[in-house]
Order: sequence, then structure tokens, then C-alpha cells
Amino acid sequence: MQKYSIFNLVKNAFSNHENWDLAWKDPTPKEQYDVVIIGGGGHGLATAYYLAKEHNITNVAIIEKGWIGGGNVGRNTTIIRSNYMHDENGLFSEFGMDLWRKMSQDLNYNVMFSPRGIINLAHSDAQMNAYARRGNSMRLNGIDAVLLNREQVKEIIPMADFSENVRFPIFGGLMQPSAGTARHDAVAWGYARQADSMGVDIIQNCEVTGFDVVAGKIKGIRTSRGNIKAKKVGICVAGSTNILAEKLNMTLPIETHLLQACVSEPVKPVLDNVVTFGAGHFYVSQSDKGEMVMGGDLDGYNSYAQRGNLPTLQHVLTEGIAMMPFLSKLKMLRTWGGIMDMSMDGSPIIDKTHIEGLYLNCGWCYGGFKATPASGWTFAHTIAQDRVHELNAGYSLNRFSTGNLIDEKGLGTKTWIS
Amino acid sequence: MLYINCPHCGMRSQNEFSYGGDASVKRPELNKEVSDQEWDDFVYNRKSLRGKHLELWQHISGCRQWIKVERDTSTHEIFRTFKAEEEVA
Repeated sequence: MQKYSIFNLVKNAFSNHENWDLAWKDPTPKEQYDVVIIGGGGHGLATAYYLAKEHNITNVAIIEKGWIGGGNVGRNTTIIRSNYMHDENGLFSEFGMDLWRKMSQDLNYNVMFSPRGIINLAHSDAQMNAYARRGNSMRLNGIDAVLLNREQVKEIIPMADFSENVRFPIFGGLMQPSAGTARHDAVAWGYARQADSMGVDIIQNCEVTGFDVVAGKIKGIRTSRGNIKAKKVGICVAGSTNILAEKLNMTLPIETHLLQACVSEPVKPVLDNVVTFGAGHFYVSQSDKGEMVMGGDLDGYNSYAQRGNLPTLQHVLTEGIAMMPFLSKLKMLRTWGGIMDMSMDGSPIIDKTHIEGLYLNCGWCYGGFKATPASGWTFAHTIAQDRVHELNAGYSLNRFSTGNLIDEKGLGTKTWIS
Repeated sequence: MLYINCPHCGMRSQNEFSYGGDASVKRPELNKEVSDQEWDDFVYNRKSLRGKHLELWQHISGCRQWIKVERDTSTHEIFRTFKAEEEVA
């Protein structure tokens, strides 16, 4: 594989950049693979990459019904964090933070990881107490957390509304300084390029139409481009999980919902953190291009549409304007939607299934992007070793029947009770 | 914006309604032995269909009645609405 470096950049400049290798090939599906990963999003690409890199399994195919970068990996708001209270989420995400820090070197691809810090605002004494508790839990798990009072928050984000007579005055906030953002497309492209270079077949425009299961064991998949035999199959298709589950006669603790995001026109640098509103669900950061990147609540009803309705967007942006009034002066540049695999306790599932050789990775809710490396790493381990790693042991499929839910926020799909 | 035809009040905008989830889910009957699997299916497991989906909505800023709505989850098109107690074939 051609290394990306300043020397190669200069060298290729002499031929007008016309002789760069393709970042990944466009292979015809083989008859048989050791592992087939369904879903060429961030998690699927990362899984294939770590299967090859950590477990020497390179006879691998990624089956993607659309194109690389067209799903949620290109639709998210690029936030990376590990500010969770529960051990399962905290340790898993912090493991991912380490992978994020090394990712650009590891993939030889600049993913523009920017650890700019995230601030969750608090708007009451009770919320400050809850944040202190969460911050302490984070620090016990080795995650950096700083509890900020009102004055400290004001120093960092003076453009927020600090006037006295507002409905939700800012009492303070919880900051994770090592959190941040990364360029989401680059993450997909970087993993795809490396996986391809190690022998993984990335097969795009290929939809899975069925599974071959014999005597409780997976034998292969049926696709729009023919049948493919496989010893092991991993499903990581986010919002399409239920569609594949139906073909396997499984019902899952997952509902597919619509989440919208939007960006404003680009403006000069004003915000160098990620900030979330504590009295609702709104978050904002500023991209390197200067756009304010914003998002918040689900549209609230089951949807596979990948496009949202305006009432939710209006509701979310009302919260944004309450938090940072200057946002009302900005023109909206783009809005879009993605479909989320909302699990019933708000935490993901990375596990084996009752079918031998079939593995499941889903339930990422609002937070799939930041989990990309850790999810791929642990899913690759689960598939290669046929057993879960201690990092994803808590993300079991049967935790809903055994009562071991991970009650980080206690919300899941039931947004109407929030 | 979705427009939902409340069987009690007529056509109203989505803003007046609150979503209540899959209407095909049935609570296990009282005074009967209920298996863990039945409870799981009632509390957690959902089909989350793509296409026609029968779901509960509450006309929370209107008559406050629960209603059933038959809606396409991939196009957001609404086909029919029913009173909560109506059986849908």
C-alpha cells in the first residue's frame, strides 16, 4: 500500500496527483470467507481492520448495501467522549479514547482528532450534585473529569447566556477535557483503506437478503450479488438491525428511530469546545470549516426514513438559542437525519447469539461514532475468539431478561417519558 | 410535519400528539402464569417494522385520548387512524 506522507505528496505533485493508488478496491465477492461482516459503516470497517490486525484473520468480506461513508458514519456530529458513570460504559469508552489518540498514526490517515473538551452544563443544584457523582465515578475509572462552577464555565464559554433572569440559569458544568471531535469521513476512509490493504474485501452495493442457518449454525448469507459461504458472520448495521433480525426470526430489544442534526453557515472561530445543554437535549461544536454543528432529540417515533420533520428541529434549536442566544443570528446551511438502533436501556449490545457463528453488534443509540474503534476492537475479539472480551461482557444480549441493564440514563427508546 | 387524523377531533398537526410506541404489543393477561420470555417480549423486544406500522399516539394537547395510527415507517405516510379500543384487522 502506498504510504501517505509529505514525501509521497510532493512526489505525486509532479504527476498532477493522477497516479495515486485507489484507497480501496472494488472486488467481486468470493464464494467463501472465514468471516463476513454485514455493514460497511465505521463499526464494520473497524471490526474488519482489527480482525486482520489483531487476530490475523484476513479472509474477510464487508458487505455494504450502500456505499462506504453513506450511513451513520457520515451523518453523525463527530463527538468523541467517555464521560459515563457506569463501569461498563466508562471503561469501554476510555479504552476507545486511547485508540482515538493513536488513530491517525495507526491508520496512516489524518482523522483530525481534536481533543477540545466537552462541557455538560448544569442548571440546578441537584444537577451539580449528579455531575459531581458522575465526575467522581469517571475519575475512579481513570477518566479525566473536572467540575466547573458558574464563573469557570463563563471563562470558557462567555457567549453562553449568563444573564440572571433566564428559565435555566447556568450553575456550572462537568467537563471532560480529553473529549473532542474527529473528522468522521476520514475515520471511515482510513479504516477502509487499511482493511483493504490487509486483504479484506469491501463489497459495496450488495444487500443481504437472507441467511443460511443449518442445525443452529451459520453457513452463509444470501445477497443481491449471490450467495456467500461464511464460517462466521457479524452483523453491525445500526438502524437496519431489526430488518436483518426479522430474517433470522429474532426480535431484539431495539427500535429504529430517527435522529436529526444540522450545521449553520460557517463563521469565524467562536466555540472551541463541545457544549451540551443540561435542561434538555442539545449539543453544539464548531467544525474546522467554521460551521456550528448541532443536534439533539430523536424525532420520537419509529422511522427508517433518514430524514426528519421540522417540529423536532425547532424544539432542539429553541434549546440551543436558550443556551447560546447568538445562534439565532446564524443561517442554517444543512439539516439531515440518520436512523438509530435505540436499545431499551440506552446502552449497546456486542455479543454472540443463539446461532453458532453469528455475532451481533447494535444498540448504539445517540453515541455510535465515538465508539467506532472500541466497538470494532471488541467485536473483532468476540468474533475471532468466539467469546466476549471483558470490555464488552456487560453489553450482553440477554441482560434485558436477566435484569443486568446498564442504566446510564434509563431512557432508551422511550423518549416520551423524558 | 405529520398530520394525524384524530378519530375524535379531526385532522391535527403532529405537535399536538405524543408517541406511545408499537400498538401490537399486548400485556400478558392478569392472573395467569407468565414466562420470563413473555415478559421480555412485552417489556423490551420489538419488531420495529420497516413499512406499515400500527402504533399508539396520545392526543395530548387535544382530547387527551389514546389512538391507534397506521403509518409507514419508511415514508412517514399515514394510512388510517383508529380509536384506541378499535380492533384493527
